[in-house]
Amino acid sequence: MKGTGNKSAFDPSFWRDRAMASSALLDMRRLTGEASSRTGRPISLMEVCGSHTMAIAASGLRRMLPEGLRMLSGPGCPVCVTAQGDLDMVLELAARPGVIIATFGDMLKVKGSSGFDLQTMREKGASVRIVYSPADAVSLALQERDRQVVFIGVGFETTAPVVAGAVLRAAEEKVSNFSVLPFFKLVPPALELLLKAPGHNISGFMLPGHVSAVIGLDPYRFVADKYSVPCVVTGFEPLDIVAGVNMLLRQIVSGRPSVESEYGRAVRTGGNPRAVEVMREVFSVTGARWRSIGLIEGSGLGFSRAFSEFDAAGRFGLSYREAPEPEGCLCGPILLGKASPSDCRLFGKACSPSHAVGPCMVSSEGACAAWFKYGGQ
Amino acid sequence: MQEDTVKLGHGSGGRLSRELTAALFLKAFSNPALEPLEDAARLKAGKETIAFTTDSYVVDPLFFPGGDIGRIAVCGTVNDLSVQGARPLAISAGFIIEEGFPLALLRRVVSSMRLAAREAGVFIATGDTKVVEKGKADKLFINTSGVGLIPKGVKLSSAGIRPGDAVILSGRLGDHGVAVMNARNGLGLSGNIRSDAAPLNAMLAGALSASPRIRAMRDITRGGLGTVLNEAAASCRSAIEIEEELIPVSPAVDSACRLLGLDPLYAANEGKAVIFAPYRDAAGIVAALRSDRYGREAGIIGRVVRGKPQVRLRTAIGGTRLVLMLEGEQLPRIC
Repeated sequence: MKGTGNKSAFDPSFWRDRAMASSALLDMRRLTGEASSRTGRPISLMEVCGSHTMAIAASGLRRMLPEGLRMLSGPGCPVCVTAQGDLDMVLELAARPGVIIATFGDMLKVKGSSGFDLQTMREKGASVRIVYSPADAVSLALQERDRQVVFIGVGFETTAPVVAGAVLRAAEEKVSNFSVLPFFKLVPPALELLLKAPGHNISGFMLPGHVSAVIGLDPYRFVADKYSVPCVVTGFEPLDIVAGVNMLLRQIVSGRPSVESEYGRAVRTGGNPRAVEVMREVFSVTGARWRSIGLIEGSGLGFSRAFSEFDAAGRFGLSYREAPEPEGCLCGPILLGKASPSDCRLFGKACSPSHAVGPCMVSSEGACAAWFKYGGQ
Repeated sequence: MQEDTVKLGHGSGGRLSRELTAALFLKAFSNPALEPLEDAARLKAGKETIAFTTDSYVVDPLFFPGGDIGRIAVCGTVNDLSVQGARPLAISAGFIIEEGFPLALLRRVVSSMRLAAREAGVFIATGDTKVVEKGKADKLFINTSGVGLIPKGVKLSSAGIRPGDAVILSGRLGDHGVAVMNARNGLGLSGNIRSDAAPLNAMLAGALSASPRIRAMRDITRGGLGTVLNEAAASCRSAIEIEEELIPVSPAVDSACRLLGLDPLYAANEGKAVIFAPYRDAAGIVAALRSDRYGREAGIIGRVVRGKPQVRLRTAIGGTRLVLMLEGEQLPRIC
């Protein structure tokens, strides 16, 4: 969009310049050729963040990629990776009298295995409130002292410290009617899972800018060191993405995989130690269930012992039950980069944003929603 | 089970709203005045042609930077008439008020309506008041209807848009939608984001005098530019191509949309119009728009081309993508 003012690197229009884009795209064409002749196969880069998926679709970049290069969408959409059984727990809780569910907006339309979603539950009388930050959920609990406010803790290392901050505040102010369902996921273990899959075809990872601003670059080192797969932490403007792709291609061409950052204006190598500290104080690393993948040890965050009273699963005696994926839905393979939205026979037919079957079509960060919304093929 | 209730998305102004209108209202009420589904209906009254429209206003909060429910209730109806080329004459005001609503606030709303009507040069000719029990409505709803006189020879219709026409936008997008979201949720977004609520009748009358060949004008409200352009493309059975770089969005709204995962193309406006006219007239229309205080950032953003009805956007970096109708409401994402 048209912007005004001078073009510093902090001005978004700097990162949308057409002349710079076309010269970078020429580089991309050349580098793709060099990279595929070096590796002897087409190049598949995976973006591991839903915001990248959206940005790639919104900028029309997917169709500008040179032949021999493709972008796979990884497990980077928080709503999409939430297990069906965990969603069922949310819906079970929403049905209980005296409970207010506080959630980010894009959880509203994800269906549980009953076929219901939070929006339908709200129409039927459940209390469901959209909040913009976990702190709003604590404030809501302070206003509604005779009801239980449960925040749905969905997200990665970006969201978790913010939720941890809200829990600390609730503990300090003794807000006894606030709790969190901790469904947090960690990015590095998910990368390892993808790399362990036999015959994976991932030539490089475009790593999430926001998550990396919190955890820094070190937690990804194993990807380059152990699995020899290049990594570049990348920002979200169109030219960030083009630059990130070119950095990955250069690593492939040079044959020296490493962990680099394209997003220096937001990400420090050491991350944000304060955010990590808050996260570690309130939560501890635990196993987490991923949609269609199942339990991955050490891939999630649960409450640490000192804060276990804020765990909604314990407070309400909820237990996890395995639940099947929606029939015919390819969200699972899509999250693993094994299928594209257009491979799904439901895509654009039985499944669209207003009649979503799987979560990848519901969340604005989901690969299917991004493809659909921007007319991707 | 899921399908037989009304969803919030049915009121979003996007594709679901359109489906409900087509499947239920249009079917039941079918008549030549309603069928074009323009912002206002054209009716014959003796020798004159009048434009007639109605709209209900349910904004939360009632007061927000740059406007309030009263101002948009007047401006919205004035604008629906104006984009049909009509000179607004009079509007009605129906109030549905929740028991216990402070009279002081009602006075503020009414005073804002008086000022907006004075600015637009219309008078509020008739009205109605209903009070419902506490909890049966959210504070205050307002419905306004309006009539305007369409000058001889003016016949604007989206069906009349032709390949080769210019697409002209009267100013920046998204100010209203983001200002209201910011106020409603206490997001604390910086950059002084204010609603663009404004009566556009003087500006649009100026555009019409600059070019009597204007084919169609549309008021861009809920559903945003993306939805309005899709409706226009469907009506004229042609494709519309727009350039991302030519679409003005304020830096504050742009960064708010990025933060929240919203798209300015679908954000609500209360003082913007899109105009379709033969390309040779476009520069004159833009000059006329820019001479008005509400059209300072007007410009050509694209053109109508032959091809199947769809809206294509050329992105800032030179890519191309489709712009579809808004699907349901825009929900802010998890960061």
